[in-house]
Amino acid sequence: MSTDALVDFNEALTRYEPALGFEVHVELNTKTKMFSDAPNEFGDEANTNVTPVDLGLPGTLPVVNGKAIEYSIKLGLALNCSIAESCRFARKNYFYPDNPKNFQTSQYDEPIAFDGWLDIELDSGRVIRVDIERAHMEEDAGKLTHLGGTSGRIQGASASLVDYNRAGVPLVEIVTRPILGVGADAPELGRKYVAAIRDIVKALDVSDARMERGNVRCDANVSLAPIGADKLGTRSETKNVNSLRSIERAVRYEIERHAAILDAGESVVQETRHWHEDTRTTSSGRPKSDADDYRYFPEPDLVPVVTSRERVEEIRATLPELPAARRARLSAEWGFSEEEFRDVVNAGLDSAIDETVTAGATPAAARKWWMGEISRLAKDTELEPTEQGITPADVVEIEALIAEKKINDKIGKQVLQLVAAGEGRPGEIVEAKGLAVVSDDGPLLAAIEEAMAGAPDVVEKIKAGKVQAIGALIGPVMKATRGQADAGRVRELVLEKLGVQG
Amino acid sequence: MTNIISLSAAELAEQLRAGSLTSVEAVNAHLARIAAVDDAEHGVHAFLHLNAEEALAVAAEVDAIRAAGGAEAEALHPLAGVPIAIKDLIVTKGQPTTAGSKMLEGWVSPYDATVIEKIRAAKLPMLGKTNLDEFAQGSSTEHSAFGNTRNPWDLSRIPGGSGGGSAAAVAAFEAPLALGTDTGGSIRQPGAVTGTVGAKPTYGAVSRYGAIAMASSLDQIGPVARTVLDSALLQELIGGHDPKDSTSLPEAVPALADAAREGAAGDLSGVRVGVIEELGGEGYEEGVKARFDESLELLKARGAEIVTVSCPNFKYALAAYYLIMPSEMSSNLAKFDGVRYGNRVLPEDGNVTIERVMGATRAAGFGDEVKRRIILGTYALSAGYYDAYYGSAQKVRTLIQRDFAAAFEQADVLISPTAPTVAFELGAKLDDPLAMYLNDIATIPANLAGVPGISIPGGLSEGLPVGIQFLAPAHEDARMYRVAAALEDSLVKQWGHPLLSEAQDLEQAVAAAKEGKN
Repeated sequence: MSTDALVDFNEALTRYEPALGFEVHVELNTKTKMFSDAPNEFGDEANTNVTPVDLGLPGTLPVVNGKAIEYSIKLGLALNCSIAESCRFARKNYFYPDNPKNFQTSQYDEPIAFDGWLDIELDSGRVIRVDIERAHMEEDAGKLTHLGGTSGRIQGASASLVDYNRAGVPLVEIVTRPILGVGADAPELGRKYVAAIRDIVKALDVSDARMERGNVRCDANVSLAPIGADKLGTRSETKNVNSLRSIERAVRYEIERHAAILDAGESVVQETRHWHEDTRTTSSGRPKSDADDYRYFPEPDLVPVVTSRERVEEIRATLPELPAARRARLSAEWGFSEEEFRDVVNAGLDSAIDETVTAGATPAAARKWWMGEISRLAKDTELEPTEQGITPADVVEIEALIAEKKINDKIGKQVLQLVAAGEGRPGEIVEAKGLAVVSDDGPLLAAIEEAMAGAPDVVEKIKAGKVQAIGALIGPVMKATRGQADAGRVRELVLEKLGVQG
Repeated sequence: MTNIISLSAAELAEQLRAGSLTSVEAVNAHLARIAAVDDAEHGVHAFLHLNAEEALAVAAEVDAIRAAGGAEAEALHPLAGVPIAIKDLIVTKGQPTTAGSKMLEGWVSPYDATVIEKIRAAKLPMLGKTNLDEFAQGSSTEHSAFGNTRNPWDLSRIPGGSGGGSAAAVAAFEAPLALGTDTGGSIRQPGAVTGTVGAKPTYGAVSRYGAIAMASSLDQIGPVARTVLDSALLQELIGGHDPKDSTSLPEAVPALADAAREGAAGDLSGVRVGVIEELGGEGYEEGVKARFDESLELLKARGAEIVTVSCPNFKYALAAYYLIMPSEMSSNLAKFDGVRYGNRVLPEDGNVTIERVMGATRAAGFGDEVKRRIILGTYALSAGYYDAYYGSAQKVRTLIQRDFAAAFEQADVLISPTAPTVAFELGAKLDDPLAMYLNDIATIPANLAGVPGISIPGGLSEGLPVGIQFLAPAHEDARMYRVAAALEDSLVKQWGHPLLSEAQDLEQAVAAAKEGKN
């Protein structure tokens, strides 16, 4: 349990300016690993997706996966980076059992992509440009499972198991330059930045982008300096923060913690920190100084990766529409207010609405259903709105049924619930459950006459020209028809019957 | 029956094809020779492991195919059925691979090196694995964890290193062919001191996949043989592009055997042979220099033009080598930690943590020379020293490549003594690493530049073999074989017989050694 002293977030920001930096690791979804032809598959039996190369057996040599290079270039281009014409891998030497060769093959001073940027829009509408220093390729390490200790940590463990299935999985590490001047927006920026990377790699289809599986992992660097200072403060690096919410919380927590240390006149220790989701705190990892000596040197077993300018342009031409551009386009096409559009994006429903519009609905109707009833249902079912079995085509079908006056809005909501419950498609449900709005005037007239007979005073009022009194008749008609009457038609029929002009 | 073991690989192959000899007979003859002379205590001790059963099975298979005749017999590789020995740095399924180290004692690779796959496909019976300095680090085979190999010319002398086992096996007629690896001269220097032929191909000409790496940018697998033609035949078999080695060359294997035959048959008119000024003179024994000069005369007589070239940066080669090689090696050998394979040693007392197990394993598993070089390499790569050491060494490497480029403007091939001395006494330089390192002064430049080199026997000095080295531009291995075969032909004609027939009666010498010491 953490006993860190903290200073209230808002108070901290009255005295200190935070600087942020993010290292996001993206696992590529190539069929095979970075340097071997072992399958790049998650969740298989331990140590089955390995070749002699992945185990670092004596005599083995790496060979670069061409697909991984292509994916890295795609990602670099999407981050507005320059692509190196020639770049090398290096060896990062350190002894650790998850690292089968006791060196990691990683790019070091020659990244494949460098000098890029990404614009991040915050809820307030503020746009912050994050400068990307580089995106470099490397291989993942194996996975250690520590037994017999507490909280799965190596300290106090009696034994550790190593699974090398993950060893050699291709990674791209995206490193930002220090992000300054964000102030109180720092936590939100962290979340939005990582979300933007996740959305980009998903759109490019270069990663499965599932944060819960570690496909996208973030190390968050935070430092504080007194407002107006011309030097950055000492940073902490919170490792492997693996959900968007945690990134926001971890950044906030570190700002509060650093502020308390600085307020007390002490110095922040440059170290790695572990994030604990349960207590929403960080704890000290290992001291990390810039003097960590990994004895990098160019990987002599690999030739340089050479990419012609033509090849870069070829790859650029295959890039799909990126999330930010797509959002700008949709915003213009849909004509929502800024606030409406932001709500849609924040709800993660822009794609669903886009697909619904493409399937034939109006943007307004698509937004109404997804942001309204479907989202409300999702709260009850605790599922994502798009994961309840309701498809864009269903929304289009319901809209059509309403336009044809077969059902009304209220029935439409009922139909959606039944779609979510797996009862079938909207048209089938309306048919099977007899939910069609009563449009045959016979039963409706009977209900109207009954209602008029039961309220002669109302009838008199209408005859006298108080047309709005019809409302008092609609209730009983609806009741008699179990809600299937079309209120507009009821009004028409009443006026017709009494010979009154509406 | 002719004396089977005295046949060259080409002659043996010819007899197998003609049916005058079977592969099983050939394998048995070599196994008998090994039994007679390879005693670990007193004999040559070229082999660390014998693979007799499998070798005989492969030989029987070749014999059966030949006996059946037809398309399958026609399709046999020219060297099918010719026995071969493998340096124990190259991994083999079904046989142990120790790299001459306690670290890997008892380890059997689950996969074959690419060159082994080729040897299996061509059906050469593998006699066994040969001794070497631990992880190929040394020039005398005295750094093997399993005892040194002895020079067949004089059992009290070193057979060279690191590939002393492969060179001695071939010199002792225990095998007609062997595989070696050459990082700074580990094929050529043993060739020189045992009176055999050893070639380091152009870097990338032979796949390194499955050769336990010492220094990745310098290592190269190559042939060990008794004739230039045999060496060419073996290099043709093991060469070619390998998708598993990204540093392997894309081009097809050149016609090396044809080049060797052409050299042996023809003259050298129009060929410029460059004598490297810096590789000779001080530090080179008089006998070595005398044999070298005689070779120049023979080349001239054969029509070659002898020119002198200067490679001024070669004087920095040894220093650069002893930074680059240990740097790469310290990283390549990091994987030997007892976690996944090989020996695991627990700390004698205290906590059994992963770091301490790794430490204890490496302390017990590596010998002094390996540790010395790991320390050197780790230091050279350290932050703050990298530029001064590794960085500077890489610059020297570029300068040496430029020296070669300039020299090859003036000469088609270059020539030098392979080693400054003949084989020295066992133990003579064990306490003086620097003196030991100087053995490779003439062979190291080729590794730094990636160019091919070959050593052939150039005669005797004080009754011990002297090696002559030819170097050619990268990708010009065929040119190197042609000129080397020409000199070999002239020398053998002058001597009237191959140099090795002047060696002592080895079976008698081994018997005497056993007698004397028992």
